[in-house]
Parts: sequence; structure tokens; C-alpha cells
Amino acid sequence: MREAAEALDVKVWRGNAHGGGYRSYSVPAQESQTVLDVVTWIQQHAEPTLTYRFACRVGMCGSCAMMVNGEPRWTCRTHVRRVLDGKRLEIAPLRNLPVIKDLATDMAEFFDKWTGAEGVFHPTATRKDAIAPISPADPMRQLANEAVECINCAVCYSACDTVTANPSYLGPAALNRAWTLQNDERDGAYAPRLRAVSADGGCFNCHSHQSCLTYCPNDLNPTASIAGLKRLSSTSFLRRGRTR
Amino acid sequence: MKAKHNRDPLRIASLIHRISGLALALFLPLHFYVLGLALNDAARLDTFLRWTDYPLVKLAEAVLVLLLSLHLFGGLRLLALEFLPWSPRQKAYAAIAAALSFFVSIGFFLSAV
Amino acid sequence: MIGLRLYLAQRLSAFLMAPLVIGHIATMIYAVQNGLTASEILDRTQGSLWWGAFYGLFVGAVSVHAAIGLRAIAFETLNLPVRWLNPLTWTVGMVLALLGGRAVAAVVF
Repeated sequence: MREAAEALDVKVWRGNAHGGGYRSYSVPAQESQTVLDVVTWIQQHAEPTLTYRFACRVGMCGSCAMMVNGEPRWTCRTHVRRVLDGKRLEIAPLRNLPVIKDLATDMAEFFDKWTGAEGVFHPTATRKDAIAPISPADPMRQLANEAVECINCAVCYSACDTVTANPSYLGPAALNRAWTLQNDERDGAYAPRLRAVSADGGCFNCHSHQSCLTYCPNDLNPTASIAGLKRLSSTSFLRRGRTR
Repeated sequence: MKAKHNRDPLRIASLIHRISGLALALFLPLHFYVLGLALNDAARLDTFLRWTDYPLVKLAEAVLVLLLSLHLFGGLRLLALEFLPWSPRQKAYAAIAAALSFFVSIGFFLSAV
Repeated sequence: MIGLRLYLAQRLSAFLMAPLVIGHIATMIYAVQNGLTASEILDRTQGSLWWGAFYGLFVGAVSVHAAIGLRAIAFETLNLPVRWLNPLTWTVGMVLALLGGRAVAAVVF
């Protein structure tokens, strides 16, 4: 056990859509402490009005992502000792999204882009039909599998420089989801989704910096998914002459 | 984002691609203008080409060759990333692209002097 | 702000230029050896269908490629309003194609 007297020097961004700044807190260090533990300690012991978002605390729900020492992280699964800079910890709301209050961002545009990229399953069967038999060895299913474990945490969206430079860009998460659905043979919206992801704010804006895969907490590779969408759209256009 | 992210090799590669492309695009009108001098009078082109005998101009030309090579090899990496199956070795490819570019531009400079 | 057509134009011009740039660099390294003179350049290029096609294709591809590249920089770095992007792309492409076409004509004809 660490000494209870040992303290972390934590700065937390406090404010709202109109502005704000960092405030410092001294938080007791603990064994196996996560960044979310630190934020929770501050709210319970020092700053009852601190606003932040979390739910499952086990890396499934994707609601607790924040900037930690300048990098986007899922805070419930990020151990303090892995990201500590000396004794310093700086916690801020996710980049590339508007702030509502303190550490809670407005995720509306993130989810609007999700549907804008047609990141939505369009069923082709009814409940009366038999369940589609899909082999785990099917190549398309394997492509979908590689990208499917996304928890919508917006860490990649926050890490993406192209989103920063181009606010209309759909972003890595939405395009990654679109890629999984293009590889889902039960889905019935292949053509409209291809149009959605190849429109002006779509996959072609990606510059392949790979920040999304550097920071994805589930080790997904949205850059590869987006490259896949670029190939699908290009070949479809070159084969049939037109996309619309 | 913090300094560690700013030093990410692939983000630097992207910045190099953008800056080299911008510099080449700005250089092109001058390049075309000078060659266009030969349209009416080859002697005017020759007058201009005497500039290229200065060592400093030769160095500047080598820098242009470096920019062109960086844009070429960096661009080939991006085309491969987009049109070939995914490879996780992008940082190594970016380093190879940079090394080839220096090799080519030094080759040009040695040939020029 | 690029969609499918601009992306394809950008990448196809890149594919086209890759061998042209390699040829251009090789020619430069060869030609620069004893200093550059107008007569040396013109002896090589004048009346040559091969060099005319080489540089003609090069100028066409680079006009497309640079125009779309500058469009991305204008939008992403300089925050140029979207309605200016198409005029900018076309202007850059046309100016480069005209200047480049003139240069090719000057050294080939």
C-alpha cells in the first residue's frame, strides 16, 4: 500500500459553453486508482457541483471519456500510475466537442454524424424469417468482427485532427461503424450508406494520421475501416460509372 | 493535444506531405514561367539559367528535389495504405520514404556540384 | 471538403504522376551534371513527341493534383468559406494548366 499521505496534484477544467479554466485539487493517492476514481473523489470530497459523466465503470458503456494530461482516455479503465506526469494530472472535457458543463460534453453532433454516416442497421428480414446463418469464417464477417467492438466513447473523434480542422467531417467512429455494416450481409442499406460515406464530409477527408487507432481503448483501427470505405466507394464508382 | 501526440511520426509525416506539397505548388508557376521564356527567345532562358551555376542556387535546387521526393515517396505510402490491404508498419514505411528522399536529393546535389 | 470525384481525381493524378516524377528526377540528375544550358534542354526536347507527351501529361496531372491539394489547405488550415472552394480549385487548376502548357510548348515546339 502507498502512504495515505501521498497526494496527487490534480487540475480539473471547470466551466461551461461560455468559458472556464482549471482548478487545482489535492487528491490522496491510492493503489490501483483510476482517473475516474480521482474525479469521483473530487466530487465527493471537494467539489460537490463538479459535473462529469459515467455509468458502467468497467469499460463497456463508453460514457466516461475525458482528456487526461492532454490525451483522450476512457477514464474508468485508465490507471492513474499509467498517465501520471510526476504527481500531476490534468483532466479536461473531450476535445472536438462542445462543453455543456465541466467535464461533460455535448455528444449530439457525434451521434448525429453516426446516423449521418448511416451507421444504423437496416434489417432485411422479419421476425418470421429464419435467423441468417453467417459463418464466423466468412471473410466479410471477419472484416466486420475486426471493427465491431466500438463502445461509442468518442475517444477517436476527440483524437482526430481532421475533425478539428473540418467540423463537417463525419469522423472515425461513425465511419468505422458504417464499415462494419457494409460487411454485414443481413443489412439492406449498402447503396445509401455508400452515398452517405462518400459525400463531402465523408471518408475521403481522412488524412490517415492514425490518431484514432493510437487512442482507441478497444484497439480498433478506424483508419483501416475508412481506407476500406474509400476502396468500396472508389471501385463502385469506377465500375458502375456513377454513384447516384 | 499534448507534446507527445505532436511528435507522433505519422502526424509529422502528414505535416511534411502538406508543407512539401504547398511549397511545390507555389514553386510551379515560377518553374513554368522560366521554361516559358524559351518560347520567344532561347537566349532569355539561358540568361536565367546562369543563376543555376551559383552554389547557393544549386543547394536550393537540391532542397526542391528533396521536397519533390518527400512528396513522391510519402504519397506512395498513402496510396499503398488506401488501396492495398492494411499494413501495421506505417511508421517504418514513413521512415523509409524519408530516407529515400534524402538519398535522392543528396544524389542530385552531388551530381550538380 | 472533398467528395468522391475530387478524391478520385486526386488519387488518379497521383498514380499517373508517380512514374513521371521518378522520370523527372532521373532526368534532372542526369541533366544537371555539367550545368544547365538552354541549348542542352532544347536539344533534348524540341520536336520530340515523347517529351511532349511526357511533360504534357505531367502538367495536366499536376494541375489537377495541386488544385485539390491547395483546396484542402485553404479549407482546413485557412478556414476559407466553403462557397469559395470550387472557384479556388478551378482557378488554381486553370492557371497551372495554362502556364504549364505554355512551358511545354516553349520547350517542345
